[in-house]
Amino acid sequence: VSFLRRSKFEEGGMMEVSASNNVSLREFGCEQNLLSRPDGSASFVQGDTSVMAGVYGPAEVKVSKEIYDRATLEVLLQPKVGPAGVREQSQEQCVRETCEAALLLSLHPRSSLTLILQVLHDDGSLLSCCLNAACMALMDAGLSMSCLFCGVTCAIGADGDIIADPTAAQEKESRALMTFAIDSTERRVMMSSTKGSFSVQELQECVAVSQKASEKVFQFYRDSVRRRYSKNL
Amino acid sequence: CDIDILKEKIGEVLLPGDEFVFESEDTIFLTDNVKPERPVCGPGLRQSGNRLVVSKSGVLRHKPPHTFWMDSQQWRYVPAKAETVIGIVTSKSGDIFKVDVGGSEQASLSYLAFEGATKRNRPNVQVGDLVFAQFTVANKDMEPELVCIDGSGRANGMGVFGGGGLLLKVSLGLVRRLLAPQSDIRSDLEQLFPCELVVGMNGRIWVRASTIQQTLIISNLLQSCDTLTAPQRREQFRKLQKGGL
Repeated sequence: VSFLRRSKFEEGGMMEVSASNNVSLREFGCEQNLLSRPDGSASFVQGDTSVMAGVYGPAEVKVSKEIYDRATLEVLLQPKVGPAGVREQSQEQCVRETCEAALLLSLHPRSSLTLILQVLHDDGSLLSCCLNAACMALMDAGLSMSCLFCGVTCAIGADGDIIADPTAAQEKESRALMTFAIDSTERRVMMSSTKGSFSVQELQECVAVSQKASEKVFQFYRDSVRRRYSKNL
Repeated sequence: CDIDILKEKIGEVLLPGDEFVFESEDTIFLTDNVKPERPVCGPGLRQSGNRLVVSKSGVLRHKPPHTFWMDSQQWRYVPAKAETVIGIVTSKSGDIFKVDVGGSEQASLSYLAFEGATKRNRPNVQVGDLVFAQFTVANKDMEPELVCIDGSGRANGMGVFGGGGLLLKVSLGLVRRLLAPQSDIRSDLEQLFPCELVVGMNGRIWVRASTIQQTLIISNLLQSCDTLTAPQRREQFRKLQKGGL
């Protein structure tokens, strides 16, 4: 069964940084268990950015790739148009490191886990949308995790204001773009990917904004999973 | 009491990373008859010291007195000891059959692990046959091993089978619901028409009814049970009984 959950999160934020900063995220949408072949699948939508994720595993692994005490995680990111290139490979690495930190890989030694991400539409904040779709797909596959993670992208505009969850147009006009993966238990940064020039102060402000935004994302995860299990309760 | 924190959450949907902390008792009086109750963790829950962490998303279930586990939806099977599964024989090499159970590794089944099998009297198992067996060895570090006999050497329903039926793949949650002691789905099925059903805990079900059409009807029903709620399912069964579909 499939359901699409849309919710709008807006917060006039008064944070340590400055009173004019509002943490407003675009509309979220999420669907789990939508594909029939993979063991777990999810689709995550942020505004117009949409990513679909599929997880296979724990499955057989080639002897050359097997690790004796934990599972081998492979991430494949397919862009909307064209073959995957170097940019996709670096994004895959970011997602893979985050997943490896959150999953309990030692429960499945000498097995393989494959995560495939398909970009359906890119309107900014692509890496954070990929991270969110990956987390929902891993949960859907029933893989044991020590914590959940979410991705939040922040852009610093030309006049120094911080925009959370920017669109492609906002990203183009920004002087710095940062994506953080935040964990659900202690709200700490698991992975960061940054581009552009910014000061240390601005980096810390962006981390604070991302941590604030991540609470909303985790609440959205909880509501989505609750909806999914509600027919079985 | 510590377990009460967990008991409050029974039937609620929990996510990985949700934690329950128990206060540890520093002093235990020797004259106390009451032992501190410690919860027994089933699948989806992990215990470390006095912390209990959820590791799979799902609904928290409870069996008195202290057993808790996460009831989650999953398609992929991970072998566990003493579970009965339906396997497909993929190769014969020497004294061992290699059986595909849907896990990350193929399981091995010795030819002597059948009722009445001796070195001279080999069981009649070919590549591609279906076997109903149970795990004697199934942990994350070793290759899984299957046997078709129980502890006393009797088959007890296990062994080779498979002529004329249909094998389906369903979710593990549906299989558990079918095998539960008071199963709604099973009692609904019993009222339809007589059929033979073999349910493997690896998500595989084998169905055989008296005609091919009935077999197909039952297999379609079982596959749709995954996505239907209980009232919708009963509606489907009722329509069938009246002769529709």
